Amino acid sequence: MESFSTIGLNHYLVISAILFGLGLFAIVTRKNAIVVLMGVELVLNAANINLVAFSKYSGDMEGVMFSLFVIVLAAAEAAIALAIIINIYKTFNTVDVSSIDSMKE
Amino acid sequence: MTNTTYTVIFYLFAAITVFSAAFVVFSRNIIYSAFSLLFTFFGVAALYVFLSADFIAVTQVVVYVGGILVLLLFGVMFTNKIMMTELKTEVLNIIPGVLLLFAITGGLIYTFLTRADWFTTANQLQESVVERIGFETMSRYVLPFEMVSILLLLALIGAAFLARFDKPRKMNQK
Repeated sequence: MESFSTIGLNHYLVISAILFGLGLFAIVTRKNAIVVLMGVELVLNAANINLVAFSKYSGDMEGVMFSLFVIVLAAAEAAIALAIIINIYKTFNTVDVSSIDSMKE
Repeated sequence: MTNTTYTVIFYLFAAITVFSAAFVVFSRNIIYSAFSLLFTFFGVAALYVFLSADFIAVTQVVVYVGGILVLLLFGVMFTNKIMMTELKTEVLNIIPGVLLLFAITGGLIYTFLTRADWFTTANQLQESVVERIGFETMSRYVLPFEMVSILLLLALIGAAFLARFDKPRKMNQK
């Protein structure tokens, strides 16, 4: 029971592995492009938990700084992806990723 | 704070994070998914506080909850005719998805827990890291910091350009 009651690196790694798997599941199985985007955000959060956890347990700052940059890039990615999704909706009148199969109108 | 209380609070936030993330993924209603994602982001922010990265936790709340989640809700409202259709999302290739979910998660957990031999050092990060983040940003990471700020500016201008209301083009055509 020692490994369950004392919180260590492995606990965070397990949480991030579960979040990564769920995000990947959303990317693979959902048809709506916005839910796919939510899956991408879950994957990025899982990676961030790993970075900060390794940074804490190795005692230097690389992981914390890198996770800050990851958050900034996630914001940029969400803005661009939503602009693209809105354009797709204007063109095809749907955001169903499996029915978008042509490069022009 | 005693060790038992610490452990219990950690497991509480871990459960909130994992279960709300599962609800995001398995819910058929997009609005429910978006609001469940709120709890996931807050749970991850709480985990950052446990990892003594409180600045990252605050940034997570400000950027993800205040920015990205609002953007996602805007996206839901722009791309669905709210009054006419139900906000449902269909699923495709469910069997490969479930296989991938269990294979990736199980494989990662197995590797993390048994195969990998992580080092543990004595000098872990303690207390708050806000001051050290300030020093690092203005010394070793000043070039990436400036580059990422320019990148974010470009990305936001590009997003506004892509999503703009293009009435002028139609007026030119006639």
